[in-house]
Amino acid sequence: MTGDLKIRVRGLCKSFGRKVVLKDLDLDVPRGESLVVIGGSGTGKSVLIKCIIGLMKPDKGSIEIDGQEVTRMSAGEREEIMHKFGMLFQGGALFDSLPVWENVAFGLIAGQGFNRVEAKEIALRKLGAVGLGSDVAQLYPSELSGGMQKRVSLARAIATEPEIIFFDEPTTGLDPIMSQVINELIKKCVEDLGATALSITHDMHSLRVIGDNAAMIYDGRIIWNGAAQDIDRSGNSLVDQFVQGKAEGPIKMPVRPL
Amino acid sequence: MPLLQPLGRTFLDGLSAIGRLALFTLRAILLAVRPPYYPRLILKQMIEIGYYSLPVVGMTAVFTGMVLALQTYTGFSRFNAETAIPNVVVLSICRELGPVLAGLMVAGRIGAAMAAELGTMRVTEQIDALVTLSTNPFKYLIAPRLIAGIAMLPVLVATADVIGVLGGYLVSAYKLGFNPGSYLQNTVDFVEFLDVFSGLVKAAVFGFIVALMGCYHGFHSRGGAQGVGKATTNAVVSASILILIANYIVTELFFSR
Ligand SMILES: Nc1ncnc2c1ncn2[C@@H]1O[C@H](COP(=O)(O)OP(=O)(O)O)[C@@H](O)[C@H]1O
Ligand SMILES: [Mg+2]
Repeated sequence: MTGDLKIRVRGLCKSFGRKVVLKDLDLDVPRGESLVVIGGSGTGKSVLIKCIIGLMKPDKGSIEIDGQEVTRMSAGEREEIMHKFGMLFQGGALFDSLPVWENVAFGLIAGQGFNRVEAKEIALRKLGAVGLGSDVAQLYPSELSGGMQKRVSLARAIATEPEIIFFDEPTTGLDPIMSQVINELIKKCVEDLGATALSITHDMHSLRVIGDNAAMIYDGRIIWNGAAQDIDRSGNSLVDQFVQGKAEGPIKMPVRPL
Repeated sequence: MPLLQPLGRTFLDGLSAIGRLALFTLRAILLAVRPPYYPRLILKQMIEIGYYSLPVVGMTAVFTGMVLALQTYTGFSRFNAETAIPNVVVLSICRELGPVLAGLMVAGRIGAAMAAELGTMRVTEQIDALVTLSTNPFKYLIAPRLIAGIAMLPVLVATADVIGVLGGYLVSAYKLGFNPGSYLQNTVDFVEFLDVFSGLVKAAVFGFIVALMGCYHGFHSRGGAQGVGKATTNAVVSASILILIANYIVTELFFSR
């Protein structure tokens, strides 16, 4: 049934020098679904997304987007596939040399050939959709608070109406209320676009809001996946420890007593 | 053999670094000549490099011209050859000191700024973000800087030539007692096309080197603020050294016959 899969990853391996980050990872994201990947810091969640999107070259394995193998594509074909993607980066990654509206309009101008006037109009509408007024549009990213930056990044990620959107820790570093605002925005945007979403989070609340399905990455592999609402009944001790946030359990943190 | 091992490793690392740089350069040039072009960004870089470097380069040139006249006078007066001062000043400035000093100053100013800007963009994932927004970072970030560097350094150096000669003139006319009119006449009569032209060719080469080093080190920086700092230092040092090497090579090509 690969026809129904938007993203299909098989046997993905990625190491940096001697450090093995992903080993033999398999992952499926069905069309139109929102999958949330959880896992500890440094387990390779961002690396996984970057491999799928083509920002990093995997050492081994297969990645299919819409049934098309992307790991052996030429640069030109890659650029075509890139039009399908939108990404909200972990740190926002807003262009600090450009005002907010140009950040949001960037993909429209560069990738879809809109002129600046049209693109600005669309950008203002997208900013409105994430609750930012036109007064913010002229500001530079460094003049915004963390929550506003996240919202601008979100607006930029969805501006080109991509088929697949990646969210890398969209709520990390935000207060609970702003987190919830972002979660609901993500849920709404993904639903409105009918997009497929792959999100990363540590935030259990976020997972329950934005995820249809959930998967946990540990030791370079996906060790559990299932429906997001079943995360509390996973029957997997690693998942239980993560969800309940316990220091004691099968996942050992290498800390020595003081 | 353990003694030779680090030596061999350093040698191999050096070779692969040269290979990486060559590939980067080739890619940058190939992509710079293909659309889309970004005239807005090229203009911005041209202003940054050409206009905002003027004060630094002008100051360097005027004092170099002044000290050149003074030193030549103290040296040449021993042979009663003071009349050669205008010739020495204009030749040194146009052929060597103008392009080299302007190149080195711009390496410090622009090479560092480019490395820091691109380095910050790299470590904050802005370069990755460019890629996801269907934009090739080589075309968007690197090509405008290379083009602006190649185009603007000759303009800067031409200005530096004039200002440098003026510096020499000021010292000669008002301190060393030269006749102002005949000093300038001497200068203009003596200087040849090739003297100025070779300097401007050098300038274009140096502009390319500065922009390339700034972009290369910035683009490949990693590891946060410390990495950006290292990239900046490397950009300035490598650009300066390459400028001095290229200076010799271009001089050799123009004048050794
Ligand atoms: N470009 C890189 N070079 C070297 N190591 C990297 C690089 N990117 C990530 N890593 C390493 O890969 C591991 C996983 O990183 P990452 O995917 O960012 O973790 P997270 O799950 O927190 O997003 C980390 O240990 C990190 O040190
Ligand atoms: Mg991460």
